[in-house]
Amino acid sequence: MQEGKVLPAAQINRDLLRSILETPQWFWPVVSLLGAIVLAAAITIGIMINTGLGITGLNYKVVWGFFITNFVFWIGISHAGVMLSAILRLAKAEWRRPATRAAEVLTIFSLMTAMIMPIIHTGRPWRILYWAFPYDFARGIWPNIRTPLVWDPSAILTYLTSSTLFVIIALVPDFAVLRDRTTGWPKLVYTLLAMGWEGNPRQWKLQIIAGVLLSALILPVFVSVHSIVSWDFGMAVAIKSWHSTVFAPYFVVGAVHSGVSAVVFAMILLRWAYGWQDYIRHEHIDALGRLLIVVATGWFYFLVMEIIFGIYGLEGDELAVRALQFLPGDYGVAYNVWMIVFVGITYFLPVILWLPKAWRRNLWIMSAACISVNVGMWLERYLLFVPGQANKQFQTFTWNDYLPQWPEALIVGATFAFVSMLMLLFSRVFPLVPLYDIKEGDILRTEIQVGRRTVPATFRED
Amino acid sequence: MPNASYEHKWGMVVDLDKCTGCQGCVIACQAENNIPINTKDYFLQRRAYEWIRIERYWEGEYPNVKARFMPVLCQHCENAPCEPVCPVYATYHNEEGLNVQVYNRCVGTRYCINNCPYQVRMFNYWHPNWPARLENQLNPDVTVRSRGITEKCTFCVQRIRRGELKVESQGGQRLNDDTIAAGNYDPACVQACPTNALMFGDLSEDRQPSPSAIKPYFDDVNAHPGHGEHDRETRGYRLLEEMNTRPSVIYLKKVDPYPLKGGH
Repeated sequence: MQEGKVLPAAQINRDLLRSILETPQWFWPVVSLLGAIVLAAAITIGIMINTGLGITGLNYKVVWGFFITNFVFWIGISHAGVMLSAILRLAKAEWRRPATRAAEVLTIFSLMTAMIMPIIHTGRPWRILYWAFPYDFARGIWPNIRTPLVWDPSAILTYLTSSTLFVIIALVPDFAVLRDRTTGWPKLVYTLLAMGWEGNPRQWKLQIIAGVLLSALILPVFVSVHSIVSWDFGMAVAIKSWHSTVFAPYFVVGAVHSGVSAVVFAMILLRWAYGWQDYIRHEHIDALGRLLIVVATGWFYFLVMEIIFGIYGLEGDELAVRALQFLPGDYGVAYNVWMIVFVGITYFLPVILWLPKAWRRNLWIMSAACISVNVGMWLERYLLFVPGQANKQFQTFTWNDYLPQWPEALIVGATFAFVSMLMLLFSRVFPLVPLYDIKEGDILRTEIQVGRRTVPATFRED
Repeated sequence: MPNASYEHKWGMVVDLDKCTGCQGCVIACQAENNIPINTKDYFLQRRAYEWIRIERYWEGEYPNVKARFMPVLCQHCENAPCEPVCPVYATYHNEEGLNVQVYNRCVGTRYCINNCPYQVRMFNYWHPNWPARLENQLNPDVTVRSRGITEKCTFCVQRIRRGELKVESQGGQRLNDDTIAAGNYDPACVQACPTNALMFGDLSEDRQPSPSAIKPYFDDVNAHPGHGEHDRETRGYRLLEEMNTRPSVIYLKKVDPYPLKGGH
């Protein structure tokens, strides 16, 4: 499957470090634009903290809206990192190599963005210290460990810590390359970061062991993070459509679905922006497309199961929520139309686009499919969370609806700008395609004779 | 079932047969508990709230309709779903069987609101304000809640506390149904109800000279758990009994001598 030619190490260094050693012309205009959007959102958050959550569209019935939807969405995106680097590393999938770093960095930035959401969504964010950390020893009142809202920060901070370690360990050899190619104060910074890396066999051995070990240790975190996030909803007994045991696997698979799609789109953008055609090749996009077909189908299975489990009990209040989701009603927002759109753009459209090999290798089509998946997955969370709150109980007197307002829309939109901006800034300072990983892949690959054909293959000693 | 370890076990009975839907309890609660005035803006934002609300349902088809009223307030569940989900213990069960809300600790995650099957927890989206001429009518015994926190019915805990102070500390008696009635320590809604549809009392056995008037209703409902309304001697039932939240509020169903044909 290895299609590209083997490049000399010097050229790999030159190509992949181009983003750091030279500033592209478009860089600062783009970053400024993204920064302006983020600044606008920061001001909006300031206004919101100053005047209260009244400026959002939340009401006395629907109390978790756009912010929580966006929180779950970004937690979902963050699952791409471990999926691509840890799982595929343990599975020895060679085509993962150029994608790993971008996926891990996307993991870190999307986790950071996700963590902003529940904090600004609370009524008194300045009191958030009581919630998770530091513990309030002085008054002897500890956080309530029975609530998923305390499991959440624990799981997410564990994930953030382990992902950051993972990225740093993979970056150390590349820091050393940068240390040798920079001057002045950047050299000093890279020297500190490289931690005395010389590339001797013992260091390589330790680096590989650490990488494999972290891959294995991070896997339980990978499964637990989104399971715990799903329990924010699954543990809520009072909301019928949320109170479901299928949520944990459903959310984890959905997270991989949206996360890997986001990574594919990010890789296509980086390939175009920095001219990395020799590194992020069609075969990689092709392989990710095939992976996505499997993930999407698994996700679709859970989607159908979640609905079937909900309807199966024939409970009145559950049926009321399902009716709101699927049937045309007298509410202003037609959830059923959104439901059809969401299933179409999250499963059927992208999977059809991923099926033919030629389309998987067309970057335009792949970009369209991956954007479509992510728009759809955002809608999925919204359609899962809001109707349940709108028709919460059998007591029809309190049924209510939710109309998001501009501050919520602006802040949600700005989270995308924020992650893009962080990714771009990161790419200016650290290589987004791992240099040593590409070289290692080149060394390991060879060609073997199968019958009369010569096919590329990869050998590993272990 | 009232726990013997409670010092008091406050409970309420709502007789739907007596309720006329006059909203007197709602107004009394609003005045007693410093609840912000539900302005037109609040209604349009769907953020108008009351600690006790009269749910109004129509039975039958026009013109053959009947209005049904149901006062819904915090049920002070013994097995309250709102309590385990609060990350900061802003809501917990006190030793008198009350589900209490600590405003100072609340950070406003609103998980309790989502986990309340009765929809009685309310969130302050705006800072509360009153017209200048109404500021002097605020009840000094009740905290004015700031924005960003959750609040709900307290069974007028400030009146219970005042009763305990006057009766138990100074009078040397126990606070029980008789002393409550004598000193007007009932919750505001109970006091204001013109038809006595709301009854308040202490369910703990060892503190009372004679069992509370509301106790038989609780005993009957506890003796026939689940959906066993037909087995019960009284008309009592609990709201959403299948959730097993074990509310401290019992509803007595309406007796309709002229039921609608085809109605349920």
